[in-house]
Amino acid sequence: MEWFQNGWGVTLATFLPMVGVAAMLFIPPAQDRLIKLVGTIFAGLTLLVGIVLLFQFDYGSAGTLQLGTNLDWIPQIGSRYHVGVDGISLPLLELSVLVCFLCTIYLWWHVPAPGKIKALLSLVLLLETGMNGSFVALDLILFFVFWELVLVPMYFMIGIWGGPRRQYAAVKFFLYTLFGSIFMLLGFLAIYFKSGATTFDMVTLRAQAAQGGALGSTLFQNLTFLGLFLGFAIKVPMWPFHTWLPDAHTEAPTIGSVLLAAILLKMGTYGFIRIAIPLLPQAAHDFAPLIGILAVIAIIYGALCCFAQSDLKRLIAFSSVGHMGFVMLGISTLTSQGINGAIFGMVAHGLITGMLFFLVGSIHERYHTREISDLGGVLQQIPRFGTLLTYTAIASLGLPGLAGFWGEMLALLGAYHPAIGLSPVLFRILMVGAGIGTVLTAGYFLWMLQRVNMGRVPEKFAAPGRIFDVQRLEWFAWTPLLVLIIVAGLYPKMILSVTNGAVQALVVHVGAALHAGSTVALH
Amino acid sequence: MPVSYFLVLSSLLFSIGIYGVLARENAVLVLLSIELMLNAVNINLVAFAALFKQSGIPGQVFALFVIAVAAAEVGIGLAIVILIFRNRQDVDLDEMSLMKW
Amino acid sequence: MSGFELAAAVTTKRGFVIDFMWLVPLLPFLAFFTILFFGKKMRSRGHSVGIFAVGAGLLISLIGFAELASGYAQVQRSWTWFRISTVHLQFGMNYDFLTALMFVVVTTVSLLVQIYSTGYMNDDSRYTWFYAALSLFTASMLFLVIANNLLQMLVGWEGVGVCSYFLIGHYWEEKENSSAAIKAFITTRVGDVGFMFGIFALFFAGHTFNIIRLNHEAQTGQLHGSLLTVAALLLFCGAAGKSAQFPLHVWLPDAMAGPTPVSALIHAATMVVAGVYLVARMFLVFTHAGAALNVVAIIASITMLGAALLALVQDDIKRVLAYSTISQLAYMMAALGVGAYTAAIFHLFTHAFFKALLFLGAGSLIHSVHSNDMADMGGLRKYMPHTFRTFIIGSLALGGIFPLAGFFSKDEILGEALRSANSGTAATAWVVFIAGIITAFLTALYMTRVCIKTFWGEYRGHGHPHESPGSMVTPLWVLAILTMTVGLLGFPVIGPFKEWINVPGQESPGFSAFYNVILPVVSVGLAGAAIWLGYMLFYKKRWQVDILAGPFAWMYRLLVNKYYMDDLYTKGIVKPVQYTFSKAAYWTNQNVLDGAINGIAAGTIATANFTYDELDQKVVDYAVNGAAGLTGASGGLLRYIQGGNVQRYAAVLFASIAIFIGLFALTSIVHI
Repeated sequence: MEWFQNGWGVTLATFLPMVGVAAMLFIPPAQDRLIKLVGTIFAGLTLLVGIVLLFQFDYGSAGTLQLGTNLDWIPQIGSRYHVGVDGISLPLLELSVLVCFLCTIYLWWHVPAPGKIKALLSLVLLLETGMNGSFVALDLILFFVFWELVLVPMYFMIGIWGGPRRQYAAVKFFLYTLFGSIFMLLGFLAIYFKSGATTFDMVTLRAQAAQGGALGSTLFQNLTFLGLFLGFAIKVPMWPFHTWLPDAHTEAPTIGSVLLAAILLKMGTYGFIRIAIPLLPQAAHDFAPLIGILAVIAIIYGALCCFAQSDLKRLIAFSSVGHMGFVMLGISTLTSQGINGAIFGMVAHGLITGMLFFLVGSIHERYHTREISDLGGVLQQIPRFGTLLTYTAIASLGLPGLAGFWGEMLALLGAYHPAIGLSPVLFRILMVGAGIGTVLTAGYFLWMLQRVNMGRVPEKFAAPGRIFDVQRLEWFAWTPLLVLIIVAGLYPKMILSVTNGAVQALVVHVGAALHAGSTVALH
Repeated sequence: MPVSYFLVLSSLLFSIGIYGVLARENAVLVLLSIELMLNAVNINLVAFAALFKQSGIPGQVFALFVIAVAAAEVGIGLAIVILIFRNRQDVDLDEMSLMKW
Repeated sequence: MSGFELAAAVTTKRGFVIDFMWLVPLLPFLAFFTILFFGKKMRSRGHSVGIFAVGAGLLISLIGFAELASGYAQVQRSWTWFRISTVHLQFGMNYDFLTALMFVVVTTVSLLVQIYSTGYMNDDSRYTWFYAALSLFTASMLFLVIANNLLQMLVGWEGVGVCSYFLIGHYWEEKENSSAAIKAFITTRVGDVGFMFGIFALFFAGHTFNIIRLNHEAQTGQLHGSLLTVAALLLFCGAAGKSAQFPLHVWLPDAMAGPTPVSALIHAATMVVAGVYLVARMFLVFTHAGAALNVVAIIASITMLGAALLALVQDDIKRVLAYSTISQLAYMMAALGVGAYTAAIFHLFTHAFFKALLFLGAGSLIHSVHSNDMADMGGLRKYMPHTFRTFIIGSLALGGIFPLAGFFSKDEILGEALRSANSGTAATAWVVFIAGIITAFLTALYMTRVCIKTFWGEYRGHGHPHESPGSMVTPLWVLAILTMTVGLLGFPVIGPFKEWINVPGQESPGFSAFYNVILPVVSVGLAGAAIWLGYMLFYKKRWQVDILAGPFAWMYRLLVNKYYMDDLYTKGIVKPVQYTFSKAAYWTNQNVLDGAINGIAAGTIATANFTYDELDQKVVDYAVNGAAGLTGASGGLLRYIQGGNVQRYAAVLFASIAIFIGLFALTSIVHI
């Protein structure tokens, strides 16, 4: 297994889905079952690689990058094929391989119109390569390539298999994200040239940042950070850059929404933790209050918008805005608690909101509507399904004992006592605002449950036998998520023990860089 | 023979080619005109190669490249023309303005 | 020696069962999953598992309590839950007398309620789910109680909250019921957010979540100043939400929408006392937190009076009991507010039994007449003798009649309040004492009213009322016997209760040091007067004859002289109390407090609509679409260049080349 540990395991996890795409090219489109089988097998093999990685990972030194490789790629500009995982990226990589596998299983149950399973599965696998690559890339250019690779499959997924306004949503998603990426690339180039135009390597650049002042004046650093901020913030999405998200989610097919919510959004927050903060610690420190304020606005605003929704899927899309607000609040504190909480929140949101989108998709399959006012009595008509909806919604509103709680709690804990140099008064105000947000969140989720799950079954759905309870394939696709939600809630150490080492190193790094920066400024 | 003779010949050929490309409506003739232009370039290359023989600059190689590329280009070009003809029963270039917005 | 913390280390005597108390929450937790997944396939539809788990829990709890009482060491255990940098969260158990007492209360009431429900819920379509939820509730409640740190407590705290939500909304086909469930969850959650912030404040000041360490730090002065006061008040927010204290009490009456056994277990005996338990657990933090305890005392005084008044005008029997619960919880809070730790816990202990008894009795009545409204009852004494007797025992206990449980605990609180007031140790003690006296009076009054309206007179409902089955009557009698006996544990001077429950770290019992014989006489007299008043008010027309013959004949003579007695009562006390004061209180409750919450809800939705319709769709999104439109417009101009004619492109190409060659030639000439 030496080859596996020397970086090929991570590479395998990234490119195995792509091999699946190539394999699928040789199958005639009419062979539905064979296509599904091949797609599921390749996603399953990738999941298997992910599980093996879990065993190969050295948890004692989660702060260092492991299982990586570093090869020549574009020597002319100093860009290398450098990949690896640490405690920050490992949970997200695992989330990605798991959710992609579950999506391929879900496709056995239902293929959205207009069919074309071969194309759809190829896009899912291609998307998986892009997402996994983004989480393991340690070179800015490599990261950018994977980052952009993700856009294309998702664009087609929304544009071909989406709802009535799919073209509008697909274009909006693509353009908005691309707009951000441009500024992100500019930021990368600024870092590259200012650091001596020798390397795009994140590890090397981070070591330079620790010396402080390597990236020139404060203004330049802040402008560079602004570029990265735009790129990542649109992907998260942070208020007020979030308007693509509800449209994309509403129109996307079920698995598209699941992948979008569970993994794609995490790429933005991951970018902050992996790139923006370690490479530009001083600017991150300057921007932290702004990020915190925007995050809390997102929490409250997202919750208020949820109250106004009549479409169930759109409601959950807006709830993502609020939940990612908690993640960003945690990051903005620049504390160990906050960032650990943010990563926990990312994983928890992936599990819970992914599950919610699965459920909404299945509601649409059964009732052919997502209008909340048309639904009712789900718990009475299909009790198992209703129970799952209740369970997931309760998890999403942050009930202790389920996954949603720890991320929110740690983010708020971090906000009570932010990093040195950040205003505690401001962050405590933000904490209170976010606390009000948790109450609002509980309000709209319970109201949603009241209208959808409870009450009596509407006349038009009352005919017996038409609406069926949870199917076997749905159980296959959902059980891992349902189990992980409660396991992560009862045993948060499962994730936090992985992340803590890396986050601790990051916080120490930021502190040291700030200190070094202030000494340099004095000289 | 002075090199200018060859240059004049090549300029004439090239100009005839330009005329053909711009003025003819039949796509096949346009392709032939492009061949003329390419061959004008070839004459130029060979002529200069002969002129600078001592300096060791082997211009004939480029002429060979051009001939090879021209062959490929005509192959693809004619294939396209045939496809267009199959679809439209016509190869009039004025009628083929599908590639606009 | 810092007393309590080292006590465990000094006492080497270790028990056998006491180390395994974590089994008690674990059993119902496992029962929850068993019932959920396999309950429908069982012959008992799941109830046997729930009853077995909590029954075993009761047995273990009793043995554990006995071991503690016989001098075994209290148990402190903890395992790391997770650790990130300075945040070290433990998953621990803290088993001392307070925990042990709560364990006994929770498992006893839960067991009896589950047995009772086999009869009461027998026809319910969600019988299995009901038992699963009861098991989960029991597990969460025990988890809350055994927690050795505040965050762990918060987990149990929200766990009981969500079970309460499920069970209030058990009959969710009707919108009012699910709305009541939501109201309960949201109102308590408002308090919980404060609770969480209080935990944060204490954590960063004291560097630990551990309850005992935090108390210790407050006692030794490591935690001090305004931060401690704010933290204590934030904790009290959570306590006020859960224990339905003013101004967060509005959810509890609505929570009566749930099945009656649920009201007995959750909204009378266990979950709602969690707030009192929290304040008691953090008692040293509160006592050292400046004015915090005074705030507790004042809030509690307001609550107890307000709720007791409201209970007077309710026609729904469960709502009367709900307001009564709020009032009694405030009694406990007020006791804590004047420093009467032992008395508060004792009242918590006794109240759990007699209030559960009353709720289960009410459930028995409702089961029989199929209505909550007392207007549909009456004369049930004849039809339901067991229910009648046990209900009367419970009512007398709640009214504070010697020698039932409520008498001892209520008098301890009043006595402690009076002692504090006399010694001037707590500025608010007079307020508490006076409010407590009035509340005691009102309590007896409204209970008299309930008893008369349900058990006496003629039956006014439909159908034929019948006594409930044995599965329901047996728990009633068990609770009735407990109600009659547990008060003796706190018998002045000789009762063992004061040895068990004390302010942590204090050697001297804070209980019965002061005992005034006059006070109980006065309070029983007051209660008697209230019963008499109720008797006159709600009852006299039909029972004049018996009154004449009974020991209250002198009262009858006063009543015959209507001109001065009846007028005085009616216009001076009864009418204002019955119509003006209580209606005013109820109006305030419904319109000002409840209205504020409803208004906030409506306002939130309006704001949400505005935010979405106007701000999001018209302003923020418009900007985005505008940028896209601009790009499209500029592209539209450029498209004219692209005509599609290949030859035109070629012409442009050649012309451009010619121009460039010309320019090149020109510049060459100029330079040369």
